[in-house]
Amino acid sequence: MRDLVIIGGGPAGMSAAVAAYESGIRDILILERDARLGGILQQCIHNGFGLHKFSEELTGPEYAWKYEKQVLDRGIECKLNTMVLDLSADKVITATNETDGIFQIEARAVILAMGCRERAKGALNIAGSRPAGIFSAGSAQKYINMKGCLPGKNVVILGSGDIGLIMARRMTLEGAKVHAVCELMPYSGGLARNIEQCLNDFDIPLKLSHTIVKIHGKERVEGVTIARVDETRKPIQETEEFIACDTVLFSVGLIPENELSRAAGVELSPVTNGAVVDQDRQTTIEGIFSCGNVLHVHDLVDFVSDEAEIAAVAAADYLHGKGARTVCIPLETDGKVRYTVPQRITRKKDVRLYFRVSDVYRNVNVTVTDGEKTLFSKKRAKVAPGEMESIVLKQELIENVDKLYVSLEDA
Amino acid sequence: MYDVTIIGAGIVGAMIARTLSKYDLKICILEAENDVAMGATRANSAIVHAGFDAAEGTLKARLNVRGCALMPDICRELGVRYENNGSLVVAFSEEERATLRELFARGKANGVPDLRIVEREELLEMEPNLSQNVLCALYAPTAGIVCPYSLAIAAIGNAMDNAADLKCNFKVSAIRAGEGGYFVCSQEETVKTRIVINCAGLYADEIAKLIGDDSFAVHPRRGEYILLDKDCGHLFSRTIFRTPSALGKGILITPTVHGNLLLGPTSQNGTDKTDKDTTEEGLSKILQSTQECARSIPAQKTITSFCGLRPVGDTGDFIIRSPKAGFLHVAGIESPGLASSPAIAEYVEELLSDMIPLTPKADYNPIRESTLAFADASLAEKNRIIRENPAYGKIVCRCEGITEGEILEAIRKNPKARDLDGVKRRTRAQMGRCQGGFCGPAITELLARELKIDETSVTKFGGDSAVLAGTLKGGAQQ
Repeated sequence: MRDLVIIGGGPAGMSAAVAAYESGIRDILILERDARLGGILQQCIHNGFGLHKFSEELTGPEYAWKYEKQVLDRGIECKLNTMVLDLSADKVITATNETDGIFQIEARAVILAMGCRERAKGALNIAGSRPAGIFSAGSAQKYINMKGCLPGKNVVILGSGDIGLIMARRMTLEGAKVHAVCELMPYSGGLARNIEQCLNDFDIPLKLSHTIVKIHGKERVEGVTIARVDETRKPIQETEEFIACDTVLFSVGLIPENELSRAAGVELSPVTNGAVVDQDRQTTIEGIFSCGNVLHVHDLVDFVSDEAEIAAVAAADYLHGKGARTVCIPLETDGKVRYTVPQRITRKKDVRLYFRVSDVYRNVNVTVTDGEKTLFSKKRAKVAPGEMESIVLKQELIENVDKLYVSLEDA
Repeated sequence: MYDVTIIGAGIVGAMIARTLSKYDLKICILEAENDVAMGATRANSAIVHAGFDAAEGTLKARLNVRGCALMPDICRELGVRYENNGSLVVAFSEEERATLRELFARGKANGVPDLRIVEREELLEMEPNLSQNVLCALYAPTAGIVCPYSLAIAAIGNAMDNAADLKCNFKVSAIRAGEGGYFVCSQEETVKTRIVINCAGLYADEIAKLIGDDSFAVHPRRGEYILLDKDCGHLFSRTIFRTPSALGKGILITPTVHGNLLLGPTSQNGTDKTDKDTTEEGLSKILQSTQECARSIPAQKTITSFCGLRPVGDTGDFIIRSPKAGFLHVAGIESPGLASSPAIAEYVEELLSDMIPLTPKADYNPIRESTLAFADASLAEKNRIIRENPAYGKIVCRCEGITEGEILEAIRKNPKARDLDGVKRRTRAQMGRCQGGFCGPAITELLARELKIDETSVTKFGGDSAVLAGTLKGGAQQ
């Protein structure tokens, strides 16, 4: 029986391990499927990480090293090259690696830090052939940054989220020609600075309200047909345009990898595709916590580390028999606010509420009510789906409520 | 000199090779593509039909019913998963019910066992996810599902274990008579053989023309499919057909042996034997038709879509005949080709026995060790395997849970995988939710290492389908 097992050794897992250690827990085990710690940061060689956390502009591997060093310095146990196959409701973990074979571990507390996977092109039902030269953006990034291989020379990218934008620049820097980044929505899902630094700086056209309607090519991609879409996001046939290319990158969404959570019976939110949690990031199963991209997809790794610290401190409290739940206050949203994390509040204390909005809104008040009375209101000049927001709800605001309602009102 | 040369390593060629490999014959299998099972065999409904569709007295009818009966044992011997899940042809109107009665009568005449009509109440109990508008259905308990390319791969592998040769990338361009048999030639190589069996699918008519026989034509009929996540596999237990029309069996819904849900196919006559594009119209049609048939089809659970080309002969039936001495056509094997394949092989065996002596081999081994051996083994057995071979402890494909050991086995065991799609078809790695996004780079590396080639030479399915365009300065890293 181990005190704390952390599934995933990326930024969430490492930050959680260090925070748990600092809270007095010593029996910690990180299970990581890759050959080293760091998670997806290993292949994110661009900078921009750590601006909030360290006031530095770090690359992904540099940010990862900050935590990896802390894990190593504290002698926290890690099993690398180890894939977790199953998690049960009573916290029995089944995992496999080359040296131990398939083994089981029981844990008193578990922190889920498995990150997320990319939505595949196949899920989009795009017509055409299935030639070589089609990659998810993350896969292409792995080939270039970790394996020194160039996926292709003439590229079209679908999806203007951060990964699509970063890869537009990355491919260009390695000598490929990126002909266009197409984006289904009328706005980009990525950070504003990435539009500047990845597209505008390289004269790569961003085609908003466009999608790929067909892929051409028998053995290798030969081109794509793109088209403008209407307000219902249906392609407009008259606007079809052929772009010759040999490579298509799909950056069409990240999906938290909750297969293990589902196996354990943890309640998942259909909006975030991650666990339903309270302010301590505890799931609906006592002693199982969730943080990082597996809980909800983050834009900034700095917030992942913050969230992992919250989960780890709570896990430590749990192991020390502290931090009882005294209330259960559910949070609801108005649809303009797409979701909040946490989805419920179970202790009376200050809570930092993270949320995402469903569209671009300007001049709004982020409003929290108890169903009748406004408890909190903060003006925002602009909020967008691609930028996670947060507000702090002070303890005194939520003393006597049994439900909270989060919305955007016109300012 | 070979005794028998089989042109085409699809399910038909594979079953024939395997059946003939029990005899003292030198067998050669020629395949134009980089791998076996690249034609209709890898893009079909994966159904072992009961046999009530085909007209009475046709080869299709006879061989379907016989093949369906042979299938469970063959799958067991070849270590391939087969499920006798049964099929339902559902009717929504009295006109459709009348068609079901015809199918019932035809089925009985064809010798299909245990057919019966099921009424609405029982039907909805059997399949609660059917549309409430359903009236009745023709139930065929003997129908089943199998993985068609796994079956072809296993059959070829078993044939090779029994001394058959496989030559891939052998595109037959000429066939000349001579020296008690035939010379079968590609641009690079010539194979001498006593007998030729033409199982070339879409190209069987072109092979026939090489010996001056233009008595039949084969044209492609396109069938598009949508594959849904394993989350959806439980929605239906049986294969659900709509009442058929002139163009074919119609769009169906079926669980697969792997636990996915398969929707399709469309049916569209074509002329281009290389056009395997899916179309927006085709994919919409599939969703529309299946959504009419079911309470709910979760289209957002789509994993991938693809298109197969049925090799349709112009005679209306399977074309299995000998146009001249030592030559056998096995052409126009569209549906129910998969279900019929064991019986086609049996029939070919009969026809061959009139052409050459068939002496059973003493050391023939019909059993092929299951490729599911690791996945289905007990925990203790798995750990024993891992101790001997640690590669089985390392998961490469996390969506399907496939280990490095299984992938290496696919590359090393006959018929050896030599490209990403070959690994995919043998192991299911890259077939899960992320469609190879995660494991693709690792599998490319394993192929490069095992085949002793550069990573930039690894292909998706041979030919010009190289995965990568080149290396960066500094070279490829391991």
